[in-house]
Amino acid sequence: MSTATPLRRSLITPTTLVLVALVVIAFYFLGVRFLFGLGAVANINSGYPWGIWVVVDVIIGTAFGCGGFAMALLVYIFNRGQYHPLMRPALLSGLFGYTLGGFAVIFDLGRYWHAYNLLLPWYIQPNSVMLEVALCVMAYVVVLWIEFAPAFLERLGLTGIKRVLDRWMFVFAALGVLLPTMHQSSLGSMLLVMGYKLSPLWFTLWLPALFVISALAMGYAVVMFEATVVSKTFSLPSEHALISKLSLVVGCITVGWLVLRWVDLFARDAVPLAFVGSVSVFLFWVENALFLFAALVFVTPAGRASPRASLLAAVALLAGGSLYRLDAYLVGYQPLSNWSYFPSVPELMVSIGVISLEILLYLVFIKTLPVLHGDAAHR
Amino acid sequence: MDAIRTPAIDYDTCLGPNPDVPVYGKLSRRELLKFCAGIAATMGLSSAAGVRMAEAAISPDRPPVIWLHGQECTGCTESLLRSYHPTIEALLLDVISLDYHDTLCVGAGKQALDYKHAMMEKHKGKYVLVTEGGTPMKDGGIYCKVGGKTQAELVREGAAGAAAVIAIGSCASWGGIQSADPNPTGAVGTHEVIPGKLVINVPGCPPSPYNFLSTVLYLLTFKRPPALDQLNRPKFAYGRLIHENCERRPHFDAGRFALEFGDEGHRQGFCLYKIGCKGPETFANCPAIGFGDVGFGSWPVGTGHPCFGCTEKATAFRKPLHALATVKTLTPPTAFPQVDAAKGQGVSIGAAATVGVVGGLVVGAGAMLLKQMSDKPKATDAPNKGA
Repeated sequence: MSTATPLRRSLITPTTLVLVALVVIAFYFLGVRFLFGLGAVANINSGYPWGIWVVVDVIIGTAFGCGGFAMALLVYIFNRGQYHPLMRPALLSGLFGYTLGGFAVIFDLGRYWHAYNLLLPWYIQPNSVMLEVALCVMAYVVVLWIEFAPAFLERLGLTGIKRVLDRWMFVFAALGVLLPTMHQSSLGSMLLVMGYKLSPLWFTLWLPALFVISALAMGYAVVMFEATVVSKTFSLPSEHALISKLSLVVGCITVGWLVLRWVDLFARDAVPLAFVGSVSVFLFWVENALFLFAALVFVTPAGRASPRASLLAAVALLAGGSLYRLDAYLVGYQPLSNWSYFPSVPELMVSIGVISLEILLYLVFIKTLPVLHGDAAHR
Repeated sequence: MDAIRTPAIDYDTCLGPNPDVPVYGKLSRRELLKFCAGIAATMGLSSAAGVRMAEAAISPDRPPVIWLHGQECTGCTESLLRSYHPTIEALLLDVISLDYHDTLCVGAGKQALDYKHAMMEKHKGKYVLVTEGGTPMKDGGIYCKVGGKTQAELVREGAAGAAAVIAIGSCASWGGIQSADPNPTGAVGTHEVIPGKLVINVPGCPPSPYNFLSTVLYLLTFKRPPALDQLNRPKFAYGRLIHENCERRPHFDAGRFALEFGDEGHRQGFCLYKIGCKGPETFANCPAIGFGDVGFGSWPVGTGHPCFGCTEKATAFRKPLHALATVKTLTPPTAFPQVDAAKGQGVSIGAAATVGVVGGLVVGAGAMLLKQMSDKPKATDAPNKGA
């Protein structure tokens, strides 16, 4: 059924070399972190124990990894088989978004050698959102690798195992929708304990819903972005026809998110705070403008028809969703005692390196494994 | 773990066939074992030592305790009377053998003194002498007399045949309140009256009865004094500064002080250091065990009054009540950091530059991509360099 093929391109290009260099820099700083501790590398402090390693690599990184989640929902749950060509690239981005998110958590843990205790049932505190996120993300990483396994099996020619796996894939597809719904909303729930430390512009009991809906929208946006950029970069047949159909789905989700957010803001009388002059308020408006722009492009037929506007809207959605997470976790968050936080250069380089590693592995995988459709012309 | 475990004790054997029947006066065997195990625990000894203490306390040949009063207020005895586990009568009649006590003995006058002398003769070399109160030395010691003898003579007489001497309270330890300037009676502590003989000091005004009882039971059990510090105080009770275990210590460390009685800080339970608390220079276990067996906080600092250093020779009755203590551990800074001071590192130039470069690259690459896409949806045929 699958006509996906590996791209026959060189693995060594200027882009990959730059990415490798960035990854090496990141690993140098990680070495420093493991030799001399978190304080030697990161600016995180008692007021801001979660820096960009958590917010960018995990919270935003896994939202970028929601392509697999969003597409599985569409393809398997709503049975829209026509989107299947977008499935594997989406899974692949999810694979790296999540695997590297889990990797980032390990080096952000102060006492990472205790991490295995998460898996010991007698230490489990079942009311903990953090525990839910940790176990759920771990489980989803495994599910993603299983969902993506057919690509390996095809490459290795293990058709027998693949046939068995295909028969049971519906179980993993279902888990692949259930698990992200759980933990993407829990990433919002984690902020509920922050209470008044979080600005009322972000703090609401609807945080879990806002997080999971925006993660879904970002998941589709990633798929659209990837499909466009990859087909453009590697001169593959455009998938725009498929994407423009997807656009309406994304547009409706984005409109729903904006409605929920603003109704809630009005209901809590928090709107006046949006007219106070400060950096966080400015970023609040930027977030909303990005979401609104994406929604306007995706719900209008003209916007959906234009590949350029669609790409721009997908990027706006990704930027808006990322900024929303960054604001909720760092900018709109003010702990007591005038704590301040801005990432240090090594901290930034580690996050940049993790993202570079994600892109690098994505490029390596699409060039060595059957992920993308329609490279027949170049074979 | 196994190496430090004490030999297993068969409690059933220790308890005997009827552990709850009151056999030793009012105490049942079970209650006695519990009491002694508690004493052993407060001294940091194993539960096996508790059993040995119980055995020592009830053995028929246990040495008697002879208790002398000098210049004092009887507060130490009052303190002892308020020991509730066990109660004082069970304690005196069964646990320790208090054969003579100036205040508590039933007889009076010559009868009581004769009994004392008889006991001292009978148990010569075996009894424990407890002195409560200072001893006046000025003018031949005439300021405190019992039965025509001065306190100094009584102490020397008692100490001559004693197996051990315990000075209970600050007065017996080093003179106490009457030795404060100008010390009109020339009051001194017991150890100065009988130089050369070891006097275990259990200072305090008053001391906790359990510190005293623990010392006595230790002596009875092990036939030697417990570990003592340079002022001959048992280390199990006087090894730590009050400051170290004080429940108000976090306020000290955070710089939250009561500045006068009844002010905002005082009402909120802040540290009493600045109104003269001597906890930072006083070695005692008051914050850990409290007084009167009524639970947490039942000690001076717990009730809002500064410690006045009663267990220290150089502090109580010598330093002004509200003078600052000499902090023996960590000296507080003269100024504490402001609570609203900015914390955490700000934006460094390098970090700002990195963010700027990455942001610029992302925006630039995006703009280039959009520019290439400006045409129709169909893909360009010319292959790119390839990412």
